[in-house]
Amino acid sequence: MSARDNILGRVRRSLGVSGDDALRRAAVANRLSEATPGLIPARGQLPREERIALFGKYASKYGATIARVAAIEDLPQEVVRYLKSRNLPASIRMGNDPLLQAAGFEREPVLSVLQGASDGTDLAGVSHARGAVAESGTLVLASGPDNPVTINFLPEHHIVAVRADDVGGSLEEAFAGIAATYGKGEMPRTVNFVTGPSRSGDIEQKIIMGAHGPRALHIVIIG
Amino acid sequence: MQITTPNFKENAARALDDAPLQKALKNVEIGFIAKRLAAADALPEFEALRDNARDIKNLTLAHLDLYLEEYEKKVVASGGHVHFAETAQDARAIILDICRKRNAKTVTKGKSMITEEIELNDFLARNGIEPVETDLGEYIIQLRGETPSHIIAPAVHLNKDQVEADFRRVHTHLPPERDLSEHEALLNEARQVLRQRYFEAYVGITGANFLIAETGSSVIVTNEGNGDLTQTLGKCHVVVASLEKLVPTLNDCAQILRLLARSATGQDMSVYTTFSTGPKRTEDPDGPEEYHVVLLDNGRTSMLGTEFQEMLRCIRCGACMNHCPVYHAVGGHAYGAVYPGPMGAVLTPSLSGIEVAGHLPNASTFCGRCESVCPMRIPLPKMMRHWREREFEKHLQPSAARYGLKFWAFFAKRPKLYRAAVSLAMPLLSAFGGSKRRISSLPLAGGWTKHRELPAPEGKTFLQAWAEKQAKESGR
Repeated sequence: MSARDNILGRVRRSLGVSGDDALRRAAVANRLSEATPGLIPARGQLPREERIALFGKYASKYGATIARVAAIEDLPQEVVRYLKSRNLPASIRMGNDPLLQAAGFEREPVLSVLQGASDGTDLAGVSHARGAVAESGTLVLASGPDNPVTINFLPEHHIVAVRADDVGGSLEEAFAGIAATYGKGEMPRTVNFVTGPSRSGDIEQKIIMGAHGPRALHIVIIG
Repeated sequence: MQITTPNFKENAARALDDAPLQKALKNVEIGFIAKRLAAADALPEFEALRDNARDIKNLTLAHLDLYLEEYEKKVVASGGHVHFAETAQDARAIILDICRKRNAKTVTKGKSMITEEIELNDFLARNGIEPVETDLGEYIIQLRGETPSHIIAPAVHLNKDQVEADFRRVHTHLPPERDLSEHEALLNEARQVLRQRYFEAYVGITGANFLIAETGSSVIVTNEGNGDLTQTLGKCHVVVASLEKLVPTLNDCAQILRLLARSATGQDMSVYTTFSTGPKRTEDPDGPEEYHVVLLDNGRTSMLGTEFQEMLRCIRCGACMNHCPVYHAVGGHAYGAVYPGPMGAVLTPSLSGIEVAGHLPNASTFCGRCESVCPMRIPLPKMMRHWREREFEKHLQPSAARYGLKFWAFFAKRPKLYRAAVSLAMPLLSAFGGSKRRISSLPLAGGWTKHRELPAPEGKTFLQAWAEKQAKESGR
């Protein structure tokens, strides 16, 4: 008997059930295939502009800064403005994300753009979030060549672009969006739900920003 | 860890006399309670979500065998490995084997109570592998050779000056004249020291707040980002989780996520909630090459089907200990076990036996605050009572307690005698109260009055008042 069989056997004995019970199997299969959303708070179901405002309110509450620009072509200028305002060198790290590639960073001649995963030496990284959750001010970032995970954690400053149309109300909407892209029950290697910059309260319960991840999170809403 | 639960009384007495500890414990009372209340009040659906979360976990536990099978299938399909571990010893051996195959000299660790439960750090160190805790609180207590005193705030028993002293003692490569007087400076120093360690480690070990059967994902919920660096920069990500972390779907997870951070720290969401599924994909520029999940039983399956099954709903938010007057008074180390506070008082006897952990379910005033704030609606006081009953049945209590109960039972079973005795005793006790109406010393009850005062009885006894009320009503 393997450890696996022993454990499953003990679960069944303790519960007084059988693994062959067709009704139990059907109940589990249904729950997994239907994956019905539970209770979604009212504040996670607002119309578009209220939703975007709520997203901004909670993201700011947790220490992010927010800018809103009209179109993706405005992103490079906003990134340069942010770097200047923080006295940072004009250099960013980012992945192959099509939206970011379409932004036209080459139109900012002073800005150097490093491609690919971060090695921990970058001061600023730029990512494109696939969505956002208004009810808690949370960004949703999916890993891959477009947006390497290291950019979310290693640079001191994380600048994240999110399209206004992609700001959803609830966690459930974010999950539905992932299922629409990757398939039901499928996930990219890493999905990061990010709510504000890194922090720790481990010394005397005093909250200090910039623990191991970025010290600052700047969100640029596009559209 | 060395279980010192049998010495709970001595531990508690020492804790009460420990001035720095008492100072640090004030942060628990001041910090956590108001924040949780504000966060819960700001979400009108909070109570309804608690009901849903309870139901989701009950449903999962009732089908745990089948959800484990489905979860395993999905992990394997995404390129990961699942290892079943019946005991702590089995889990340690599996993890060591993974580390050896990778020739790991150091492993980084995200905060994980399960790895505390299986005493992983000592074991790895004895086998020539250096474990590096990367959560700030865990890092601090690792430097001190201590165990966590709280499940989400491991160093809550310490003050800033103690942390400064430890950093100066250990970080000898840094200039001795540096200023570490502020919290920021201490955090920055830990950040710098640990940054390099992530890149050196071949294996990164994290726990899991949830395992999702629908997708085969493991979930960690953190504020610092250390868990993410641990699992992203190592070549191999090892997740250690106990069986009951399973939930069916992402949408089920969403219901419970809305409770977790609010109940723990009062945040709407923790800073990082990360879903990890399998190893990095072929085209991914970063992430681990291998992904392993070690599923630990270690006594959980024997809680199923018993009066302690509901304890397996626990999501380790820490709200019960944050609201516990006993925890506030003595802190987490006095409990002498891995899990302190009310959840520990129920779980530790299940994991280590009531013979060892009998003091813990007795370390409660039954005030009920733990149950009232538990996001998963776990009836903690009721389960502590179950443990007290088992302890009594097994004749594990001191003889004084048994004789005391027998003495009381003698009167309780003879109502007339009981009333006569009470009507004699109450005026006497009342007289002991003096003008302050508090009794600060009482013959034969020194153990009670040493640390607290007994309010002197006022007016009539309940039975007298009841009899008068009945007489009055029937006279109408």
